Amino acid sequence: MTTTGTARADVRALVARVTGDEKHDPSAHSTLDVVRVLYENVLHVDPDRPDDPDRDRFVLSKGHGPASTYAVLAAHGFFPADWLDDVGAWGSPLGHHPDRVLVPGIEVGSGSLGHGLPLAVGMALGLRGRSPARVVVLVGDAELDEGSNAEAIQVAGRLGLGPLTCVVVDNHSDNHGWPGGIAARFGVEGWATTDVDTRDDARLAAALRRTLTDRPTVVVVDAPRKDAA
Amino acid sequence: MTMRDRFYAELDPLLTAADDAVVVLAVIGSAQAAPAAARHPGRVIDVGIREQALVGVAGGLALTGRRPILHSYAPFLVERPYEQLKISLGHQDVGAILVSIGASYDASREGRTHQAPADVALVAALPGWTVHVPGHPDEVAEILHREVHRDGRVYVRLSSQVNDRPRPTDGLLHLVRDGDPDAPLVVAVGPMLDTVLAAVADLPVRVAWTATPHPLDGAGLRTLAGPAPQVVMVEPYLEGTSAAAVAAALADRPARVLHVGVPRDAELRRYGTPRDHAAAHGLDVAGVRARVASFARTPAVERP
Repeated sequence: MTTTGTARADVRALVARVTGDEKHDPSAHSTLDVVRVLYENVLHVDPDRPDDPDRDRFVLSKGHGPASTYAVLAAHGFFPADWLDDVGAWGSPLGHHPDRVLVPGIEVGSGSLGHGLPLAVGMALGLRGRSPARVVVLVGDAELDEGSNAEAIQVAGRLGLGPLTCVVVDNHSDNHGWPGGIAARFGVEGWATTDVDTRDDARLAAALRRTLTDRPTVVVVDAPRKDAA
Repeated sequence: MTMRDRFYAELDPLLTAADDAVVVLAVIGSAQAAPAAARHPGRVIDVGIREQALVGVAGGLALTGRRPILHSYAPFLVERPYEQLKISLGHQDVGAILVSIGASYDASREGRTHQAPADVALVAALPGWTVHVPGHPDEVAEILHREVHRDGRVYVRLSSQVNDRPRPTDGLLHLVRDGDPDAPLVVAVGPMLDTVLAAVADLPVRVAWTATPHPLDGAGLRTLAGPAPQVVMVEPYLEGTSAAAVAAALADRPARVLHVGVPRDAELRRYGTPRDHAAAHGLDVAGVRARVASFARTPAVERP
């Protein structure tokens, strides 16, 4: 686990360097607390050994909101903070969607929705029996529309992938909603489910730390409405 | 033994030979893979009838250092999860071995839903892929045992059509029937070779062969085709699939090129046998002979 002890305000300042405005991009905003807590308190990662085969993997599936992940990775020393000042520029490794080939600490290149969770399922399968590493994938509530997620939720549940955690940041941006709740869709497939909100770091960290050996875990994080951010 | 049965028979040896190899299935082939699965617990994964997960999971496996071998019918392996090939494999800069069955019209009785003559064109449109189109079950085994120890993106296209004997799978173009160096060169891809040889038996042409149409052995093609090439590409999938590669290889010289393959302008709404389909598409002996003979009768380009 990293011990940089990044203060909430520091990371918000780094996010502002990406967005160029204190009125944050809503997608980045809704994921910030989750990503910050993951890297501060949950994941076993070391910016000096980004290729350690036993590192925990964080997969940002909703790649259209990478500002918070970029900010947290910079705060933890995966790359220089001045990379945050020209995101999307020709000479910048940081784009509006992250590319794992270009950015230390980015595990999966994302942007097209619905790829992260299936990839995370494969990563958990690949690590199973070989490494103690966890795989934590972050998806959005609207991203769950993509049918590829349904396939992955089913496969992970049936195969009992203990090392896998899916964090659904629910900023209520899905056009058609999820009657009965998001967690229920995972629960019926055999996942362990937890609902939390983003207002309490300790509770969030506890929920994100919880794993079971015989089944994957989903943490549904209630976040401010997208249009209210 | 068919190419398909040979593939299943090689699963156990492949898993034994390569510790990182993992077979990923979407029901198709699951029963045939059961013996290998029993001998290698956890290394044959059936994700159910979920082809997006099939490729996505393979990408994740590759990201953790595994060597995934994926398998299904061509339309369900290439067309349905096409964006997964692009994003979950290519964009992540990881590899996998895709092994398809169905070829263009092996599933003739199943109809259009089980046919994907555009598969090679689609795969070749993405960066970094190698496409093998073997013509014999022994070639299938040779290709798989070589590729399982590598980490590239590989598409292996199995077919029920086979040649009478195996040939080298080194990725190069091989001259099979020599002749006048100014005679047209007919390039047969994979299982088309025996058909081509029968079709041109009495025609004044040379015949070359490759099991690897992508990337095409452009240097070999230039050498064999000579300074004023007359080339006929005979491919068992979408006509003109290799057109860009042939054009690039021959860009520095005047050339006449004919592409023979599955026509791209109409859907054949008929069932019957693969042989019926080959005839309907002009890919049987008579059809290939007619196209090559017509091409050979046309005057050659004047030599520079």
